[in-house]
Amino acid sequence: MIWEVFRQEREGQPFQHGGSLEAPNLVFAEAYAREFYGRRDESFALWIVPRESVEEVRDPYVADVFDRDYRRVDGYSLKVKLKEARERAGTSPAG
Amino acid sequence: MNAQELLQLADDELVLGWRNSEWTGIAPFLEEDVAFSSIAQTEIGHARAWYELAAKELGTDADALAFDRAPEEYLCAPLVEMRMVDDWARTIARHWLYETADCIRIQVLLNSIDREIAGLAEKIDREEAYHRMHAEMWAERLHDEPRFREAVDELWPYALGLLPEEQRPLFCQAFERDEGAAVERGDHTESLLPLWEEMTMVRRSVPGASW
Amino acid sequence: MNEAEFAAYVQNGGQIEAGDAMPEDYRKALVKFIEMHGNSELMGVLPEREWILRAPTLQRKLALTSKVQDEVGHAQLIYRVVEDLGKPREACLDDLVAGKTKFHNVFHYPTKTWGDVGVIAWLVDAAAIISQKALLKCSYAPYARIMKKICWEESFHILHGRDVILTMMNGTDEQRELVQEALNRWWGPLMQFHGNPIAAQDDPMYRWRIKSQANEEARQQFLDGYVPQIWELGLTVPDPKLEQGKDGVWSYSEPDWDELKWVVTGHGPETERRLGFRQASRDETAWVRRAVLADAA
Repeated sequence: MIWEVFRQEREGQPFQHGGSLEAPNLVFAEAYAREFYGRRDESFALWIVPRESVEEVRDPYVADVFDRDYRRVDGYSLKVKLKEARERAGTSPAG
Repeated sequence: MNAQELLQLADDELVLGWRNSEWTGIAPFLEEDVAFSSIAQTEIGHARAWYELAAKELGTDADALAFDRAPEEYLCAPLVEMRMVDDWARTIARHWLYETADCIRIQVLLNSIDREIAGLAEKIDREEAYHRMHAEMWAERLHDEPRFREAVDELWPYALGLLPEEQRPLFCQAFERDEGAAVERGDHTESLLPLWEEMTMVRRSVPGASW
Repeated sequence: MNEAEFAAYVQNGGQIEAGDAMPEDYRKALVKFIEMHGNSELMGVLPEREWILRAPTLQRKLALTSKVQDEVGHAQLIYRVVEDLGKPREACLDDLVAGKTKFHNVFHYPTKTWGDVGVIAWLVDAAAIISQKALLKCSYAPYARIMKKICWEESFHILHGRDVILTMMNGTDEQRELVQEALNRWWGPLMQFHGNPIAAQDDPMYRWRIKSQANEEARQQFLDGYVPQIWELGLTVPDPKLEQGKDGVWSYSEPDWDELKWVVTGHGPETERRLGFRQASRDETAWVRRAVLADAA
């Protein structure tokens, strides 16, 4: 059985994929994951998951045909409106 | 505890670690190769720690104790001397028996009046937890394998001989087995001499050198 | 993507994952290349493991066991990549012991003394690391990723090697002689290690961006890095033609390419014995794999 090992390099960091190994059950998989990803004290924590439990989504398409700039930072252009608002309030920055 | 008792512990760990490292590179599968190699390394690391304690008392250093004595001066038990590669069943049987015995004697050392010994026993005990987990894991997996059970039967008297008499009942309890006759420490097996020759050949090639 | 588009994609730095569509030629080239690497890590263990047992100090015993353990671990990582490309580990091992697949030249030679232990960890590993660093840019992403862990672990090996060598060089005349003698024997295989110079356009490994460094470039990098280290210890390199030109390029006696070919096709001094040893161990432990791995498949 193939198991995927995710490791957390330091406390608080995201778990990242470290590699995979072969083991008959979780007890063996844990022993081996400790060896491969922990013998140099290089991981703060590990997740061990049977490969068949990992669902991969390639090309995570939701929708991108119509313009959705409201979801993006560069979809907002405030400079012009801010200038107008400051002029109205008489608080335009010097120069 | 005197220097001789420390040397006995150290010699057991060194020789067992040496035997276990005979599997490095040829274990049954790659994942296990890496795991078993760590166990061998840890044993040698523990041997080193015991040698260092003994060295202080004897006015020498750990390497000199580990490598510069004559074969008959080693105090290891017959159980650890036996060569078991390529027999995984015997290897795991020994591993399981040894780790259990070692656990029992370490627990006693945790209560030593000598603080250095108690302190070292505590550190060793922490690392041994992984060994015990690994041995249990394999013992369970091979439980129904006839060759494993035969190996345990064969090695049982040798495993008893690892421990002082007063610790043997506890050992028997752990395995739910009757005590029976033990193969006591004292005479070395014929496996020790070839092991010693190989182990010390580089060191003896340039006596006194730093490596 | 057709094959030409695929080639352009990878040459421009495009990355391929395990589940991606790929030309059959690419997949075959990958399997061949990566499998040879896995074989080399596994076979490289054999010359070194004997010396674990003979290590002259406790620290050296631990360091060498750790190094060899790393190499077994690398074999595991590499064979997993090959397996995910469609060739199971046992099939790789079957082909290896049957002599159908190759492993690097250096692992076909004997080790004779503790001097070899130092030279291998210092120089052979160094030559390997140069190639491995170049593989960090491999177009096949799962392989590039494991190379990161492999390169990190190999960095410890070179330090260990250098420490062993320096200790001997600072020791007795006999110890210095052990190092020089080992270097004399290993120099030929080391110079052959990176392979004979092939033009990039003739090498399919480049086309597919599996390799991204020319053989000669790797060799020059090795000489640049390590000849000064060798000379500064008072050691001699057994090649009277070895010298660095004003342009920085090293010139040297032509390596024996016939020897290289002869050795990697299974005729090295230790090839048969080591493959036989591997097979014997496999046979003795087959029951364990059946008991532990098979039924879980």
